[in-house]
Amino acid sequence: MTAPQVELRNMTKRFGANLALNNVSLLIRSGTVHALLGENGAGKSTLVKCLVGFYHPDEGHIQVDGREHRLNSPKDADALGIGMVYQHFTLVPSMTVAQNLVVSGARLPAYINWQSELRRLAEVTKKLPFHVPLDVRVSQLSAGEKQKAEIVKQLYLGRKLLILDEPTSVLTPAEADEVLGHVRSLTRTGVLSAILISHKFHEVRRFADDVTVLRRGASVRTGAVADLTDDALAEAMIGEPVSKIVQHAPKSPPRSDIILSISDLRVNGDNGLPAVKDLSLEVRAGEIVGIAGVSGNGQLELVEALMGQRDRSGTMTVSGSPFNGTRREIARLGVYGLPQEPLKNACIDRMSLAENLALRNFDRVPLCRGIAMNYGALAQQAERLVAQFRVKAPSLTASMSTLSGGNVQRAVLARELTQDVRLLVASNPTFGLDFVACEETYRRILEARNRGTAVLLISEDLDELLGLVDRVLVMSAGRIVHEVSAEGADKRVIGKYMAGMKAA
Amino acid sequence: MDSTSIGWFSLPLAILGGAIRVSTPFIFVSIGELITEKSGRINLGLEGTLMLGAMAGYAISYLSGSPWLGVLSAGLAGMAFGLLHGLLCSVKRVNDTAIGISLIVLGTGLAFFLGKPLIEPKAPPLPSIGLGFWSTVPQVRAALDVNALFFVGIALAFAVYLFLNRTGWGLMLRTVGDSEDAARALGFPVLRVRIIATMAGGFLAGIGGSFLSLSYPGSWSEGLSSGQGIMAVALVIFARWRSVNALGASLLFGGAGALGPALQGIGVTGYYYLFNAAPYILTLAIMVASTSRAAPFADAPGELKLHR
Repeated sequence: MTAPQVELRNMTKRFGANLALNNVSLLIRSGTVHALLGENGAGKSTLVKCLVGFYHPDEGHIQVDGREHRLNSPKDADALGIGMVYQHFTLVPSMTVAQNLVVSGARLPAYINWQSELRRLAEVTKKLPFHVPLDVRVSQLSAGEKQKAEIVKQLYLGRKLLILDEPTSVLTPAEADEVLGHVRSLTRTGVLSAILISHKFHEVRRFADDVTVLRRGASVRTGAVADLTDDALAEAMIGEPVSKIVQHAPKSPPRSDIILSISDLRVNGDNGLPAVKDLSLEVRAGEIVGIAGVSGNGQLELVEALMGQRDRSGTMTVSGSPFNGTRREIARLGVYGLPQEPLKNACIDRMSLAENLALRNFDRVPLCRGIAMNYGALAQQAERLVAQFRVKAPSLTASMSTLSGGNVQRAVLARELTQDVRLLVASNPTFGLDFVACEETYRRILEARNRGTAVLLISEDLDELLGLVDRVLVMSAGRIVHEVSAEGADKRVIGKYMAGMKAA
Repeated sequence: MDSTSIGWFSLPLAILGGAIRVSTPFIFVSIGELITEKSGRINLGLEGTLMLGAMAGYAISYLSGSPWLGVLSAGLAGMAFGLLHGLLCSVKRVNDTAIGISLIVLGTGLAFFLGKPLIEPKAPPLPSIGLGFWSTVPQVRAALDVNALFFVGIALAFAVYLFLNRTGWGLMLRTVGDSEDAARALGFPVLRVRIIATMAGGFLAGIGGSFLSLSYPGSWSEGLSSGQGIMAVALVIFARWRSVNALGASLLFGGAGALGPALQGIGVTGYYYLFNAAPYILTLAIMVASTSRAAPFADAPGELKLHR
């Protein structure tokens, strides 16, 4: 059995006045998958970075197989066989998988004879349960293949403790199952032990043996997964008893008026090739239509075309009128959006919170009369919205970039949902947000829907989608390949369509 | 064979000879810039480096009597300038473009100032190899009178290809230039690699400059450079960051640069300025063609942030 047992005791780390880790202890048993749950900022990344030698803990001990070790740098962690698979890939995009393996080796060879090197790499990787093509450029691999290549790299380097940081956030359900299944069988056969950072309860339940929940830097629950219910885990994560905030409540059937109608939409991507091909769909008032799909199948281009950020051909009408994304049409037809990465796509990060909150109506009465801006009214609106949506910020004049992700999203929700919204286009609105911010976003979207807004929700998180929408469309390679109502939708079938199964 | 009997054939011959001659500084400067860009930095200051190298090379060749010593010191001067660029750009929040342009001004200024006493004297030039020995036609002999540095340039292009693709250090350089995240995760010294790459680029640019003063046109004057350092940046993009392509592209630019004088040689004196503008028009055309929205800079090192 080569899988190590790793014990962390009394780990404490301070960044200035911020206590990021507060006396955290946990035990990773040999040959098991240990899950690490917690909200953003709970300390999961900090803990794990101490384990790979990026940070030095102020206090605490790390024991591997019973022997105490001091990890002063990533090299020490390497020597102990500790390796991490990061959320954003650390593979070099312009090089092939084989070149990436060679460049990450412990010693960089002086001269490389590629013919013999490729043969040697093929030999070594043949024994691993994963297979990735060795001489394809990383930039041409799918996200799932990149993830597998990262894991192959760690195994090739002989790691015994593998740390996986939200590895499945960019994978289809089937790919996620495959990757985590492989990791699990590797731990079962004693090849390695693993730490899995995740926020998905079902993943933790299916693939982890033990779990530790962190909250505000402290470990609040630790134990075998089998002994803890989902509710217990959720409660440990946020610190208060959790009632299912999001009800898939009985809703009034959608009204018959079609708000959004798209037909034969064709959009080209950045590389000039078609990203959206002959797409047609309809959304009615009071209905949430979800588009599921793996990132990179045209969703981004679709949303950009809808919001007027990208050229398109085909027709798009909102409440019967053609829509091209001009400011006047937006105000008149009530089309608003919650894009992904709101700081980048919905805000101007150098401008103040108050100014960002006014981006939709700064050119209308009462904030503006003719060419004169009424900054008093602007500040009043900002105060009102901040109170109503509980946006936490240093001040109203603080620059947007100083807000946390969750608060940026609250600000965007405040701005968009307080307009007269007839159509809401939400694209991965909860990506990167913590548990509480996610629930709030879902609640607001459902409230909007109950008020009669038509909602188009594009999300790469299938569970989130199925919990909110009335109808699911699956998008793959730029087309809608499957449509099904949310009740009674089979995740596995949807997953297959997401992965490229052709429409029946 | 009579010199007049080759008639119109003298034009392509002159262009060939000119291409070889004029391309030589391009080869060195573009491969130097290629190495720097592969590490993720753009060095716009090569024009100044080139002038400094030209002056240093001429000065040392004059003072020591050995043109090769001059070439070496031109390289060292260029390397010092590359070090300056590398160090300055390593400071946080310093704008690479601004540093590059200020180095053009500094390098050119230093070269002119220190080179004032060198305008009159004649320094020993670089030797050339007469590949046209088999012909009795003077035009053929003149065209195939190839400078030794040209052969060094060819060898350099292949050596750099091998370095980038077959050595561990080459892989490390490419990693640093393509993904700083990956380089840091692997523990590569990103700043050090970039500074050394910029120094190497400066060294080669200095040598390219020494060619101008020691071979063609072969004397030190303040109008020596015709913008080779700046055009090299376009050349590297045209060559898609591949050194052997850069060799071919340099020959192309050299041919364009030789067009004017070659046409004059056969008696076409009209449109003199238009033909002399050929290399610049070529640069512009290439930049326009390379910046199509459809396939922008797919081969660019990622850290140059040239794609969206």
